[in-house]
Amino acid sequence: MERVSPAHIAPSDLAWSGLMAAAQAGDRQAYDRLLRDCIPHIKRVARRTGVRPESLDDVVQDVLITVHRARHTYDPSRSFAHWLGAIAQRRAIDHLRHRGRQERREISDDLAYDAFPDAGTTPEGALERDTREREMRGAVAALSPGQREAVELLAVRQRSLAEAAAETGKTKGALKVNLHRALKTLRARFDGAE
Amino acid sequence: MATDRRLDDVVARLSADLAPVRRLPSPPVRAACWIGIAAVLAAGLALSCDLPALGRRLMVAPDMWLAVLASTTTAVLAALAAFELSVPGRSARWALLPVPALVLWMSASGLGCLRTWTMPDGGGMGEGGMGEARHCLLNIVLISVPLMAVMAVMVRRACPLRPNLTALVSGLAIAAASATLLNFDHPYDASAVDLAAHLVAVLIVMGLNQVVGARAASGRASMPRP
Repeated sequence: MERVSPAHIAPSDLAWSGLMAAAQAGDRQAYDRLLRDCIPHIKRVARRTGVRPESLDDVVQDVLITVHRARHTYDPSRSFAHWLGAIAQRRAIDHLRHRGRQERREISDDLAYDAFPDAGTTPEGALERDTREREMRGAVAALSPGQREAVELLAVRQRSLAEAAAETGKTKGALKVNLHRALKTLRARFDGAE
Repeated sequence: MATDRRLDDVVARLSADLAPVRRLPSPPVRAACWIGIAAVLAAGLALSCDLPALGRRLMVAPDMWLAVLASTTTAVLAALAAFELSVPGRSARWALLPVPALVLWMSASGLGCLRTWTMPDGGGMGEGGMGEARHCLLNIVLISVPLMAVMAVMVRRACPLRPNLTALVSGLAIAAASATLLNFDHPYDASAVDLAAHLVAVLIVMGLNQVVGARAASGRASMPRP
């Protein structure tokens, strides 16, 4: 269906096909060059699909990992740009869906904002908040490196388990265990301090 | 820039993890393998059934021939479509490939049902019809289990970007193949209850495959360990 004769493939696409065929045979240099060359193309597809600029790198990372996992499915007699574009578009749509679900879960209550004063607006409140933040930073810094990494990625930067696993190379299970242990340690520390 | 460094790091880790891979055989070859496994199952069932009786039954009711032919064609085309859909970059329109055969299959089964319905002894809605319908339902679901397991493994080997659509079409292939194989063990022509049982079984198999297949196919991408 999308099979195209070599005469109809753009020169850069032909070069990519060659690099991917070499990568399938285990050529790491060709693979490294191919992945780096692909990044602008992936960003273009993601941007066209509607991904916001601040999320482009997340989508690119997801696409590169999918390319790695699916590299055996590429047929060098077909267009590489088309194969890559399909992966990039699908991952961009997955990202937009995930983001949409996240935004639907988060609600804003304007009345609540009006009715409750921000504790940080009074000098005492601001002081108390500063103290709490300092204590919390100290407690997180005192955690083991693995537990600290789990707290920073999952709790502070609000990454999903899959994203954190992709970023650190650790399994989702290991991250969950580290997060639970970290929360237990923090809870014990603050419960004891009260 | 921090983001460029992050992508550099991703590329470096993926390149370091690179190992030679065996290219995936083409979808028609993979579909032929799966159909071959279904054919082996058919041969096994043929050994244990009354083949002359099956032949007589098919001779007496030409629409049964048509229904068998259409369910077989649906299974073959749906299998081919499922394996095409499991490869990145292939058009979603492949999902339409088995639709004409599916319509023919349902129509031919409906004809058999209509004929039985107009027979003087009733439309098979009695106790016997219900028992036969239960028998069909159970058999289609049981026959589909090995076919579903093989299909799940084969589809997972590719990288379906539309896991739900792929699972739906492969579920149709499994259900159509199971319904075809059921003919070896089916002593009656289709009755209304029987046809409903086939439909329910097809939907159960497609639903089961949707859950099992889509979960198997949509394993999220994760970074290789350093």
